[in-house]
Amino acid sequence: MSGTITIDGKTVPFTGGQTIMDAALEAGVYIPHLCHNPEFKPHGSCKLCVVEANGRNVTSCTMPASPDMVVINDTPELNEDRKALVQMLFVEGNHICPACEATGNCQLQAAGYYLHMQSPRFMHFYPPRRVDASHPDIFLDLNRCILCELCVRASRDIDKKNVFGISGRGIDSHLVVNSESGKLGDTNMTVTDKAAHVCPTGAILIKRKGYTMPIGKRTFDQKTLREFHLEQQKRVEPKDGPDGG
Amino acid sequence: MADEKRKIRIATCSLAGCFGCHTSMLDIDERLFDLLKMVEFDRTPFTDIKHCGPCDIGIVEGGVSNAENARVLREFRENCKVLVAIGPCAITGNVPALRNNIDLWDCFQEVYLYDPGTEGKQIPNDSELPLPFDKVYPIYEVVKVDYFLHGCPPPAEAIWKFLTDLIQGKEPEIDYELLRYD
Amino acid sequence: MMQPPDLPDIEQRLAIICERHDCEPHRLLQILIEVQEMYAFIPPEAITTIGKHLNLPRVSVEGAAGFYSFLSLEPAGQYRVLFSDNVTDRMLGNEELMRHFCNRLWLEPGKVSEDELVSTDLTSCTGMCDQGPAALINGWPVTRLNRERIDLIADLILSKSPVSDWPPTLFEVNDNIRRTARLLGEPFEPGSAIRAALMRGADATLGELKLSRLRGRGGAGYVTADKWTACRNSQGAARYIVCNADEGEPGTFKDRILLNRYADMVFEGMTVGARLLGSAKGFLYLRGEYRYLLKKLEEVLVQRCEAGLLGSNILGEPGFDFDIEIHLGAGAYICGEESALIESLEGRRGRPRNRPPYPAQHGYLDQPTVVNNVETFACAAMIAACGGKWFRETGTRDSSGSKVLSIAGDCTLPGIYEYPFGVSVQKILEDCGAQEPYAVQVGGPSGILVSWQEFERTISFEDLPTAGAFTIFRRGRDILEAVRNYAHFFAHESCGFCTPCRVGTQLQKKIVDKIANGHGTASDLEELKQLGHLMRTMSHCGLGHTAPNPVLDMLQKFPGAYEQKLTSLSFEPAFDLDAALATARRITGRDDPWAHLP
Repeated sequence: MSGTITIDGKTVPFTGGQTIMDAALEAGVYIPHLCHNPEFKPHGSCKLCVVEANGRNVTSCTMPASPDMVVINDTPELNEDRKALVQMLFVEGNHICPACEATGNCQLQAAGYYLHMQSPRFMHFYPPRRVDASHPDIFLDLNRCILCELCVRASRDIDKKNVFGISGRGIDSHLVVNSESGKLGDTNMTVTDKAAHVCPTGAILIKRKGYTMPIGKRTFDQKTLREFHLEQQKRVEPKDGPDGG
Repeated sequence: MADEKRKIRIATCSLAGCFGCHTSMLDIDERLFDLLKMVEFDRTPFTDIKHCGPCDIGIVEGGVSNAENARVLREFRENCKVLVAIGPCAITGNVPALRNNIDLWDCFQEVYLYDPGTEGKQIPNDSELPLPFDKVYPIYEVVKVDYFLHGCPPPAEAIWKFLTDLIQGKEPEIDYELLRYD
Repeated sequence: MMQPPDLPDIEQRLAIICERHDCEPHRLLQILIEVQEMYAFIPPEAITTIGKHLNLPRVSVEGAAGFYSFLSLEPAGQYRVLFSDNVTDRMLGNEELMRHFCNRLWLEPGKVSEDELVSTDLTSCTGMCDQGPAALINGWPVTRLNRERIDLIADLILSKSPVSDWPPTLFEVNDNIRRTARLLGEPFEPGSAIRAALMRGADATLGELKLSRLRGRGGAGYVTADKWTACRNSQGAARYIVCNADEGEPGTFKDRILLNRYADMVFEGMTVGARLLGSAKGFLYLRGEYRYLLKKLEEVLVQRCEAGLLGSNILGEPGFDFDIEIHLGAGAYICGEESALIESLEGRRGRPRNRPPYPAQHGYLDQPTVVNNVETFACAAMIAACGGKWFRETGTRDSSGSKVLSIAGDCTLPGIYEYPFGVSVQKILEDCGAQEPYAVQVGGPSGILVSWQEFERTISFEDLPTAGAFTIFRRGRDILEAVRNYAHFFAHESCGFCTPCRVGTQLQKKIVDKIANGHGTASDLEELKQLGHLMRTMSHCGLGHTAPNPVLDMLQKFPGAYEQKLTSLSFEPAFDLDAALATARRITGRDDPWAHLP
């Protein structure tokens, strides 16, 4: 199945198996997102990419495109809702930007800028979360985890190691690692693993690499999240499988 | 003072913060003179006035870490028509809020009982000392806040733009380049 | 924290359990339930060992173990007493009873006693609303709790008597069937529906189902014949029939009665479905709270096998093979959502899947699967036996047949009532002896809060669709407290997958608490509405979509419930500033005026 859909009035082609997000990104149409990364199997948890398709709200990174679908994406209403989701992500964790090595390169932060987040809006949860420095090369700080599961997917699908998983439920959902001690240092993760390099925030950091980029030269000093994500799409190899390989 | 045309009256303070935002305010450099043509300062660390009187704009740096912070903040809210949270400490709690997941008793013990540098090994209980809350709170969780100005500290440019907008009675608008949470 | 106990032979003991489950990864949840029973928690070593035997990553085992409320990753004591916390339990005084219990045993809710003997906590509705307050003790339901019963239970625990030796009266569960209609009232002979289906043929029987206009009884009301046809038309190596007995909607308990008294009819409906769809395997997903029914249900399955109504060549029909396996849940409301239920059946966390694809095409093990409610299968059996026209004779145009309701709350005769669709709320209230009814929560917290001004409305898909809960509040009941209970329920049961529901249900809970505590403002009401909009429009599944329902219904229909509690101030902090100084006052021993904030 292939054909075209329209996104905010613009005609966008799609091929069989593509989601709304796939088609949009390929056509250079930006739908804000955090848990999606074209290199990995879609997940659909952050909900930033919710759009209205044929009158119904759907998650664009998991919803297959279908012929003549009418998609509404870039509206003040949807962007307000997306901003509220980003505000939720900020208050449910402990995001202390000035003290985080990922600052300036953090997609959560950039989503806040892109959606013009001026206030935290909601009360802060200040949840007690774990910090794990047991690994010689990798630092794990769950205060900053937004449960996008990119590391879970990378470790499972690319590294074939299953270093990460999610346990707990609801607001207590949290990242766990593949060792009885619960420590990253006791897993077989290495710094060359894909999973070490996909975290959109500062929850997974490479040790001894912090603050190497001066202010002004960091990713989101120079570009918006929109520009970053559209470039990310271009870096991904052309797809050869229906599920995005 | 301002006779013919009433000047905008501004108060500022730093609660649980580092005065970095205030330092950045001074970084508007010679524009300070332009600012002073438009405004006059009530309570600020610059004037050393101890209590806030009726003001048009209150600018609060820092979070609410103790009872004294809360009292000052309430005084600002009562006296200022517009209240601005400046910097991440006021907006999210920021670095001072790192203590929010450490038990207060553990904090006290560490500082006053275990630290080898302390003498006497006792917990101070003087009524002049501000009593700490269980947690550090951003100011908007304690009083109503009208505007938020991000940046640790906000760049002088952002402060200048923000203040001149407010003084001119406009909705403050911060350009994408100047909106930074760090 | 307690020292983890020494578990010397854990590897051998777990090997035996895993072998008994054929080291089948889909049996993971069933294995974990056994381990929980054996050790009163899931030790970290067990997670590693199970992972090895089942060839699963350790994180997958830990992920499942951490998801379900009845599994515990920390030692939970030899006796685990979970007080049901539905609003009906509240109205019957469960909080006071729990306090009494804690005082008797020197316990703190959520913590294990120092001697590691006992722990207690609240749990979501256990489905005993017509005979509450209720609790689960090591998974066994106790009903009609009062001070005497609590004292008895405390004594039994202190004497370390095994729960199996406790007086059976404690565990008595009544059916309380008060009114029957065509489903519960007609005699049903096991085998009659299968025989009729075989005689009529699969196509014709599906035709009868279509003619009946049966719609799913789980609440959403999808046309059953359409669901079954979609599954039948889907390509797959196998097809599966799944009966959703994860009756978790607070206030609903009709499936408990259907399973206790009408199990044959339910299993027969599944078997008819198997014939129509060409399925050889069915599952009954039984909520953990109803585990006490497991033995009885398995006996019914054995009887049905012996009678030729299950197993190979059913009723002598060559090639008509169908087996039903009972799969236990372990405390997760979300597993009532059909795709989360399938995930749970496969041994994983109960996380709703992305849809499409739908279970009818890609369900259990990625094969075409039909998931229906217990009552839907019972209806299907009756339709197969008596025909679609017979079924349609009662009910309304868009809601054929009857509905089994679970009635509880402020009435003299709580229990099970079956009515033809189209019955008015008023009529039901009269029949059950409702006292000064003021509001009714129809369909549980995810349903509709109906006010006294709407009692002429009818139970039907056109007007008030419901999975069966019907909770009555008399005049004078605190609606805000009820809504607060529901807000806590959703926050507890959100699976945590998507942002709007995971965080939104928490924020909703906090704001409702703030209002209930007398600190709410007009802007808090506005925020509740906006959160409601966000959860409804952005959430991943029905839980998030419906979580704001009771709150929004209250805002719209019951202003009296919250208006007096609001402060006139434009802003109020969500926390008590003076209370937030209490710890520091205690540490410093200060009580001077500066150590307080009025």
